[in-house]
Amino acid sequence: MTSYDLEAILDEMADNLKARFPTGLNDEPLMIGIHTGGVWVAEALHKRMGLSAPLCTINISFYRDDFTRIGMHPQVLPSKVHSNVEGRAIILVDDVLYTGRTIRAAINEIFDYGRPGSITLASLVDRDGRELPMQADIVGLHMTLEADQQVKLSGPSPLELSISGGSD
Amino acid sequence: MSYRQNIQLTADKNLKHFLSIEGLPRAMLMQILDTAETFSSVGERAVKKVPILRGKTIVNLFFENSTRTRTTFELAAKRLSADVLNLNIAMSATSKGESLLDTLSNLEAMQSDMFVVRHAQSGAAHFIAKNSPEHISVINAGDGCHEHPTQAMLDMFTIRRHFGDFYPLKVAIVGDILHSRVARSQIHALTTLGANEVRVIAPKTLIPANIESMGVHVYHDMRKGLTDVDVVIILRLQKERMGGAFLPSVQEYFQAYGLTEEKLAYAKDSAIVMHPGPINRGVEIASSIADGPRSVILEQVTNGIAVRMAVMSMTMGSYSAPLSTDQSLSANKRGASS
Repeated sequence: MTSYDLEAILDEMADNLKARFPTGLNDEPLMIGIHTGGVWVAEALHKRMGLSAPLCTINISFYRDDFTRIGMHPQVLPSKVHSNVEGRAIILVDDVLYTGRTIRAAINEIFDYGRPGSITLASLVDRDGRELPMQADIVGLHMTLEADQQVKLSGPSPLELSISGGSD
Repeated sequence: MSYRQNIQLTADKNLKHFLSIEGLPRAMLMQILDTAETFSSVGERAVKKVPILRGKTIVNLFFENSTRTRTTFELAAKRLSADVLNLNIAMSATSKGESLLDTLSNLEAMQSDMFVVRHAQSGAAHFIAKNSPEHISVINAGDGCHEHPTQAMLDMFTIRRHFGDFYPLKVAIVGDILHSRVARSQIHALTTLGANEVRVIAPKTLIPANIESMGVHVYHDMRKGLTDVDVVIILRLQKERMGGAFLPSVQEYFQAYGLTEEKLAYAKDSAIVMHPGPINRGVEIASSIADGPRSVILEQVTNGIAVRMAVMSMTMGSYSAPLSTDQSLSANKRGASS
């Protein structure tokens, strides 16, 4: 089984984000992590970037497109967006970008807090299998997996990536 | 009651209808409170709406008058993006002689997904749930003297927000316990959630026989009953009960059972005062208390929206249409966060 040096990957992602959002800008970006794995990745990036605005979190359960099929997740954590989104540059963070449906839901939710100036998507893993036209701006790792394989981030400490399923 | 026979739950123990607190396990009540907690933040946003029930039709079937309950159900449904029909049945079809089942068949024919039912008869919501097709969920918004489960859950939500936990709490419910569906639901909820002690305080004429079997302690004296309690729940004294055999007079009731500063002093300093509304000032509660710092009456109203959103979305999410092969494939993919 492959093991990943997530610390190094997160360092590199943070560097790429810093290059995009140089310090000294009038408007520091607002970072939003998607529950649950995305929040762990966001915490790591937020710390590395030294952002002053507290990390926001969103839970996209109420925006899912498969609610009528799977119902309510029993343990949903509330969204916490304590800063004003209006006009801000947003860094949206998730753990695995796959079908793109989570990101669609997350963007819809962000707009219900206000009209952001821009949204930049950072994802720890970008795997193939997109069903919607969503692309990440900052990616830690690219993966090509079988359709029946799953990549999962466990955490929050330590953060670990594992791949399950498939014909191994 | 066996949960398998409990029509409120699906085979895999999800909430299908919300008809009574009685018969629901503690874990389900906690799940309702947790879900309501996530919905309460929606009310604080710029856009107070989530798309989760978009395209669903919810019918408020009120066979009895109500303002607060009906409007908060309506607001909850709208914040979930559902379409809402408000039917004041008392003034429509049934008064023209249509039977209840015929009214329901018509509403089903209009492709409704949920009925929120208030009725003067105990068991009405249960009857409607039993006689509705599988895809329809029913929520009891008060049936006769039986139960008013969403009111009890919003009360539990308010209590949990103030104290965090139910185990150490002593709760007193004051007023017309005999006719109160609110009290009945509250007692079931408090005992299921594990409150330390539940007391009911009322004159003998307003306490049902054998209520001790529900796990409560009965008091006829306000001062004794309020001693050391954390939560005081005052019930509305329904005007129609006054002057009859139940009570001598409003003045006398207020003297003995109306909540005043003097009586409230027997409760803990940290005690909160609740009331399901509408309040009768100077009948069951003094104005100074209703408007005072220990009153959480208006918080209860706000919390009612989040709790009703939780119950509506949980019951609506429990029905899943049969999966096609194509759908089950993408459901499988969801395992990984996409």
